[in-house]
Amino acid sequence: MEHYLSLFVKAVFIENMALAFFLGMCTFLAISKKIQTAISLGIAVVFVQALTVPVNNLLWQYLLKEGALSWTGLGGSNELDLSFLSLLCYICTIAALVQVVEMACDKYFPALYNALGIYLPLITVNCAVLGGALFMQERDYDFPESVVYGFGSGLSWAIAIVLLAAVRERLKYSDVPGPLQGLGITFIAAGLMALGFMSFSGVQL
Amino acid sequence: MAEKLSMKQVLFEPVFSNNPIILQVLGICSALAVTNSMRTALAMSVGLTLVTAFGNYFVSLIRNVIPNSIRIIVQMVVVSTLVIIVDQWLQAFAPAISKQMSVFVGLIITNCIVMGRLEAFAMKNPPVISFIDGLGNGLGYSALLMTVAFVRELFGSGSLFGFTLMSTTNIGGWYVPNGMLLLPPSAFFLIGLIIWAMRTWKPEQQEHTEFKIAPHSKAPVSHGSAGHSPVAGAQPKATH
Repeated sequence: MEHYLSLFVKAVFIENMALAFFLGMCTFLAISKKIQTAISLGIAVVFVQALTVPVNNLLWQYLLKEGALSWTGLGGSNELDLSFLSLLCYICTIAALVQVVEMACDKYFPALYNALGIYLPLITVNCAVLGGALFMQERDYDFPESVVYGFGSGLSWAIAIVLLAAVRERLKYSDVPGPLQGLGITFIAAGLMALGFMSFSGVQL
Repeated sequence: MAEKLSMKQVLFEPVFSNNPIILQVLGICSALAVTNSMRTALAMSVGLTLVTAFGNYFVSLIRNVIPNSIRIIVQMVVVSTLVIIVDQWLQAFAPAISKQMSVFVGLIITNCIVMGRLEAFAMKNPPVISFIDGLGNGLGYSALLMTVAFVRELFGSGSLFGFTLMSTTNIGGWYVPNGMLLLPPSAFFLIGLIIWAMRTWKPEQQEHTEFKIAPHSKAPVSHGSAGHSPVAGAQPKATH
């Protein structure tokens, strides 16, 4: 249990998806103008991430890893190494799952669907989601670990975007030099936030 | 497309006046993560430029037979096939760089520049010009990546491409390296400053404020062009 807890804390704070690894930056910077939309998008990412990382983990363990197909008992399946296909499989899984989540949301939770709106399909191209799957593969997590990691890393991204949106709502009222307006000052604010999050990197778990 | 775009325009427009990172806010993730040394930045630039160019080319070849409803998946498959080639090639011929870049090669797939160009250009234009467009956008991305990497490596570790230029104090030299430049947040500051410089040079790229607070007034005075749609809102209007 302690192991999972420390993995969770590590995923949320120390290895923050947005501020330590810079994943999902495009949406992070583009859709952080208002707190309300940032929260909706954050929830959607947590949801998708918590779903796709474990599913991709199963794919990796039982289909793609070297010798992973040995459970089929077919001849030669022990040496079969499909890991070069992992990128293709992950991205298709993500695209398909996002589509399914979107349809399910539309049917059963119309309020949530309306709140998330166009952000749901956008998640397919959010690097944080594919990045989560690739980190899972690189670090060789097992299934329970991948569930914890998926949820934690999604949450880390959500926290970061909500925080940045809060900063930007305040920035709107400040007198920023013209050329730095908008994107420029956002970059610098995000840099300062990332610097703040660096202080977690000393935490040993 | 009504007007005929010249090759040269398509190639060089994205490098300065319509830079994908600075103006379109696309493909920033990797721009930040791989720029602490010039070697990884170069590998990333070449990889991304090739993927964008060839991705544009192939998608443009099949643009008339892709059903509209599943076009994203089709584009993804094309792009990820190209990325797998780049990834395997790097693992085979440059294992050290491949190790250093870890997941970021794979993340070229979700790099918004690639998808953005496919959607915006390759789906509407013939193959050759699409190829050039991909090349141009890749170069625009590379230019920014290499600039950031140059500053970060030169002042962060006193070297360029791994060759020591300014010998640092820990090996008995004179230069005290600025350790912060090796940390990821410095890339944010650098890109922020580059944007500032670019927009001072080309004022038409500036974003308008949503409203200005005039002294001694109660109501917001003017509404700028920064849009109300959250997606398009972050992009300044480059065309005026």
